[in-house]
Amino acid sequence: MQSWTLADATLNSRLLIGTALYPSPQIMLDAIRASGAEVVTVSLRRQNSQAQQGGGRDFWSYLQELDAHLLPNTAGCHSVKEAVTTANMARELFNTRWIKLELIGDDYNLQPDPFALLEATRELIAQGFEVFPYCTDDLVLCEKLVEAGCRILMPWGAPIGTGRGLTDPYALKTLRARLPEITMIVDAGIGAPSHAVQAMEMGFDGILLNTAVAQAQDPETMARAFRHALRAGRLGFEAGAMPERDLAQPSTPTLGTPFWQQAPQ
Amino acid sequence: MKLIINGEPLEQPVANLAVLLELVEAPSHSAVAVNETFVPKTLYRETSLHEGDRIEILSPMQGG
Repeated sequence: MQSWTLADATLNSRLLIGTALYPSPQIMLDAIRASGAEVVTVSLRRQNSQAQQGGGRDFWSYLQELDAHLLPNTAGCHSVKEAVTTANMARELFNTRWIKLELIGDDYNLQPDPFALLEATRELIAQGFEVFPYCTDDLVLCEKLVEAGCRILMPWGAPIGTGRGLTDPYALKTLRARLPEITMIVDAGIGAPSHAVQAMEMGFDGILLNTAVAQAQDPETMARAFRHALRAGRLGFEAGAMPERDLAQPSTPTLGTPFWQQAPQ
Repeated sequence: MKLIINGEPLEQPVANLAVLLELVEAPSHSAVAVNETFVPKTLYRETSLHEGDRIEILSPMQGG
């Protein structure tokens, strides 16, 4: 596979993967390695005692083993102020200016708040962040995020953790067609490798997922499945699929068909 | 002086943020906000604390 550029990083894998919800820290490491992902998402939370972390070993030490680009998120933030503060804490803690900006507007389906998202994006870009906005597939919102300075957009496929795949392929196709120069990663809602293939065939630059691998019966094998799915989908996009037709057309040549008799004159 | 540390009350006079972080044995990898405003490490010593201040001490955690 050809390498590609995400923000200022050159990557081989187009998969970005989360670090949450795995059965154990070791399974997390094995699955992330099997996925081939070079970007992993992380968060910031209160840590009241070391004992909360896997057997006394803290999450930070597991992260060091991965040697991946870290993409901290602002998960759980509901206001611009919370998100901007969390992003600044993440920048210091993880030593990166990358931030996956999550600003939740509706707790029922964890739908991003487009208005607060845009405001926080402007503020964070002014503060020097590379903002990866977790957004809906609304074209106008996405255009405004680009106007605000985003080089990357992360529209959802479906609400976080649902595994429903691409619920509105038309909206995603429209986004891809209207914003061809923007790096676009489908974030959230991916449940099966076939969903990832579908998004990659549409020309999306990458996929961000977590639950689909972490909650699979065998996370490591599912991670490998997604690794191949992204490659297959991307190659399919680069190769260019044939146009759909309404009517059947034989693929085997009709010239020289045996047992064919010209109708008697 | 009453402070709120990660949502829990702490009743103790504390000179500044650096002293507080030692007192509560904050993890080495952590970032801090006071009253929802980020405080960089370089400012811990000069950040004095006041009655009712809410301090968040956050660490790296799993995320999606």
